Amino acid sequence: MSFDLAIIGAGPAGMAAAVEARALGLAVLVVDEQPAPGGQVFRAVEAAHGDAVLGTEYSAGLGLVESFRRSGATYRPGTTLWHLDPDSGEMSLTPGGPAVARRVLLATGAQERPVPIPGWTLPGVMGMGAAQIMLKTAGAVPSGRVVLAGQGPLLWLLAAQLQRAEAPPSLILETTPKGRLAAAFRAGGWFSGRGLLLKGLGLLRETRGLPVQRAVTGLRAEGEGRVQRVAWDGGSAECDTLLLHEGVVPATHIPLALGLDHAWDAAQQCWRPVVDALGASSHARVAVAGDGAGIGGWQAAVASGQLAALDAAHRLGRLTLDGLAQRAAPLRRMRAEALALRPFLDALYAPVAAPVADQVLVCRCEEVTAGQVRAAARLGAQGPNQAKTFLRSGMGACQGRMCGATVARIIAETRGVAPETVAPLRPRAPYKPLTVGQLAGL
Amino acid sequence: MYATRPEARPATVEVLVDGVAVLVPAGASAAAAVLLAGSAAIRETAVSGAPRLPYCMMGVCFDCLAEVDGAANVQACMVPVAPGMRIARQLGARDALMPEAGR
Ligand code: FES
Repeated sequence: MSFDLAIIGAGPAGMAAAVEARALGLAVLVVDEQPAPGGQVFRAVEAAHGDAVLGTEYSAGLGLVESFRRSGATYRPGTTLWHLDPDSGEMSLTPGGPAVARRVLLATGAQERPVPIPGWTLPGVMGMGAAQIMLKTAGAVPSGRVVLAGQGPLLWLLAAQLQRAEAPPSLILETTPKGRLAAAFRAGGWFSGRGLLLKGLGLLRETRGLPVQRAVTGLRAEGEGRVQRVAWDGGSAECDTLLLHEGVVPATHIPLALGLDHAWDAAQQCWRPVVDALGASSHARVAVAGDGAGIGGWQAAVASGQLAALDAAHRLGRLTLDGLAQRAAPLRRMRAEALALRPFLDALYAPVAAPVADQVLVCRCEEVTAGQVRAAARLGAQGPNQAKTFLRSGMGACQGRMCGATVARIIAETRGVAPETVAPLRPRAPYKPLTVGQLAGL
Repeated sequence: MYATRPEARPATVEVLVDGVAVLVPAGASAAAAVLLAGSAAIRETAVSGAPRLPYCMMGVCFDCLAEVDGAANVQACMVPVAPGMRIARQLGARDALMPEAGR
């Protein structure tokens, strides 16, 4: 099957791009691993929009999903992209066989930043995003004593949602260090971003009855066979479920595997693909939009998806340069408005670079500890790509999605160099591990 | 451990988790069914045999690799439940998994 534009990911950026590109007459393919459109933020919104605990912002995603469904794009849900040849536009997809596209838009979103604390591999320890997915896809809430530990807007959203569902967390351990609020106001953006700021304050007000410990350090999960206790410097509490969150980072797995140029994002302490104002990457056929190009939230993702679709139409001769400029202007304004609060949020919730203790497993798949990574760095491993051959970190099933950034950070610390001087782990195809059966089906 | 909220999403799909019948809402993943069943683990690691449960639920961590309807190494958080689906704990197996080409 041959298309003008292939979009990888049916979250806000991918859906908005598909609607815009279809309106301009492009033949559009949308590939997504989930069974239904929405991405993570609007995950399962068609099934769950009536669940009041999720909130009005969530149900607002239904409109976008409905226009995407009506757009006439060829939609392949439950489909994995194993390989993309950017030079030819050929994609290996299962199930359902390959496809080819003149332009490819990666809209693969974000993942939660891994939180390598002692005991984070114990059953019962999960990401806060995972708990939200349980809520959205199954209407389910963690039972027993639930502790939320970490920081970021999602922490307060989840706390409010659990409280509305009558399953409030028994304790919130916020890791934001003291003095950050003043720094955030100094960073600016709060006035032009006040709409979003007010929403955040609303969540804080809604959850003000919940017990909170602030400026928590030294977090660790403890227990025999599963988490039973969470401890921190100066305290501990029994718990049945520990939910961690230190913000989200772009899902750079495919962009890095394609060899796209990346830049270090100092504010968010992560790599992001280099893109221009319309999402075009360093490869002539490939664009990146949404959180995958830098964390900005769903409203910015919608605008960036539409901009990338306009750019695709222009490059394929369906939109004049004037038409592009005219249509892009209001979208760029919308995106700037959606991003206005970013400097404030980035300063408030800047990742806390606490040293990872030697015994902590940083690679969950191959069970490699921080101490082993330090030893490899002392033996000459310059970055995660070398550590992988020394230790197998990044060679397991997740292909480095969970350990790559931590390994790079530990090596940078050990070598005494800046994080941006350590090349990120370069993943290779297939983008997800294949079983023998799947390989036979390709 | 997780509990459903029948008022929001009734549990209507019966699956087998390690041989035990569990009712879960339609739209839940196989990994969610394991969490709802209250299982102690969905897999044991290949290196040390440590128990694991799903961590990310969005296809990133691969801690949900399980046996689904007899197929090993299935990313259970990416598979929606179907009536009668058999989900079983995976013990260490990784032989059939090829994380990268050329291995
Ligand atoms: S729970 Fe992380 S990949 Fe399934």
